Amino acid sequence: MSKTIAELAADLDAGRVTAVQLVKEALTALKQSQDEYNIVIELTEDRALERARAIDADRAVGTKPGKPGRLSGIPFVAKDNFLAFGAHTTAASNILRPFMAPYQSTAIERLEAEGAILVAKVNLDSFGHGASTENSDFGPTKNSADTERVAGGSSGGSAVAVALGAVPFALGTDTGGSTRQPASFNGIIGHKPTYGSISRYGVVAMASSTDTIGTLARTIDDAALVFDCMAGKDERDSTTLLDRPASFLPADNPVGKKLKIGLVKEYMGKALADDVRQQVMKRVDDLRQLGHDVEEVSLPSLDLSLAIYYIVIPAEVSSNLARYDGVKYGLSAEQAKALDEVYGLSRDEGFNAENKRRILIGTYVLSSGYYDAYYRKAQTARTILINEFNKAFEQYDLLVGPVAPTTAFKLGENTDDPLKMYLADLMTVAPSLAGLPATSVPSGTGEHDLPVGLQLIGKQRDDALLFAVAKQLEGTK
Amino acid sequence: MTDTTKTTISIDDVRYVAQLSKIAVTDEEAAKLQGELNAILGYAQQLDQLDTTGIEPTYQVTGLTNVDREDELIDYSVDQQALLSNAPHVQDNQIKVPKVL
Repeated sequence: MSKTIAELAADLDAGRVTAVQLVKEALTALKQSQDEYNIVIELTEDRALERARAIDADRAVGTKPGKPGRLSGIPFVAKDNFLAFGAHTTAASNILRPFMAPYQSTAIERLEAEGAILVAKVNLDSFGHGASTENSDFGPTKNSADTERVAGGSSGGSAVAVALGAVPFALGTDTGGSTRQPASFNGIIGHKPTYGSISRYGVVAMASSTDTIGTLARTIDDAALVFDCMAGKDERDSTTLLDRPASFLPADNPVGKKLKIGLVKEYMGKALADDVRQQVMKRVDDLRQLGHDVEEVSLPSLDLSLAIYYIVIPAEVSSNLARYDGVKYGLSAEQAKALDEVYGLSRDEGFNAENKRRILIGTYVLSSGYYDAYYRKAQTARTILINEFNKAFEQYDLLVGPVAPTTAFKLGENTDDPLKMYLADLMTVAPSLAGLPATSVPSGTGEHDLPVGLQLIGKQRDDALLFAVAKQLEGTK
Repeated sequence: MTDTTKTTISIDDVRYVAQLSKIAVTDEEAAKLQGELNAILGYAQQLDQLDTTGIEPTYQVTGLTNVDREDELIDYSVDQQALLSNAPHVQDNQIKVPKVL
């Protein structure tokens, strides 16, 4: 399914294809790729076909009042941390393996209201804890360009499904890079929105002060359209922004002027691989060719952003994962005899090594006597980082840099050393800590023909500008 | 654990936070975690170089405060049986746990 949403919609309108055919095509592609790539945790086949038949029937007799939805009949996949009907929601963790969602996430509700059809729940690092999808309790997902390499993560299944053309778009989440980095590793678009743009109701929480809903697609128009369908206030998530622009689509928000763009100096340092640097600099040339001014800008606190992130996020993780107790839902240790054993043994059995590391660090930095030294210190450093971003945005319309220090690494390359794996997040965590929108834009390939992404970082609420600039860049490739 | 300065995490610290987190860890796991936690927190200690005097911490990034709404019931359309069917042990529409007293 290499076509865009607009092309598929035109085919559906003209009767050249049906929603049932598109859903079957997507399901077949996912099934055929499973042995090689391990994208899917569970297909939502029955519900998807049922919805597709209903959509085709409405279209055939024209009974449905008004226009068909903007995503009518379009299949998609969602990361398996979105609650959805028709399948389990596991967050790729053993502790949630038996869990059937009793309600649906707002993001999926809004896509369904526009006629989109969920065909599968796909793989991730369990609870979003990772940058390679190797921390999944369902085995790693393989990179779309080289199956000996990681998909990136944590939204690895979403990125590979889109890159291979099984579906035109996918939902991911992005807490510190989990949509942007796998998008970059697989050569597609990944958008992390302004914090609060899209409701997280019905999405498994990781770190509530930076969790966002990510959109992955092959074209910027598709990504913007899907985002436009989901964005907006939701009474079920009190962190959603109270208002939104009428449209986020590039067609409605063309770049009307010469932009002042800052190339982030700290992201171009010695940690950056040469092949990635080369592609980023080519993109800088493209931006200049488009008539924009690009110059280097320094935000010194960025060098500390990973240290801030790996204090703040485990703290929030330890709170959010306290709810998995083996009592209300999910895995419950069979051998437990007393209530304390139900908690302790279920959590020991259900959480994997990375989950435990984050829970324990988080508990430690929040514990009496260490709160000020670690957690409060990190949240204060976060203020300094945000102030630097604000200052930069007084001078620049947007910032650019790489998405990740390297292209996709080999499976197993970083699994022995947690800290080394954390370094994969070096360039994505700061926009998360500041709540900024950021997009990974495909930018050619580096060594071994592996995809490279350019990261666009905007002011809060400037998602539409990022889409518009990404659209300009799309035209230059 | 009343010392407010940063120290290296001991094996007892690991057991203590594991107990706080309600995670039963084996001796082998505790030893491995001790090394990993020290490496990660050691990395985070570069924040010490930053002068944060007089700066307030940030907990919410978009400036939303006191988001309220009319005090009306929202229909979440969540079915009781669907919720209970996820519980490992149910009896008489109640979630069952081992005897506490």
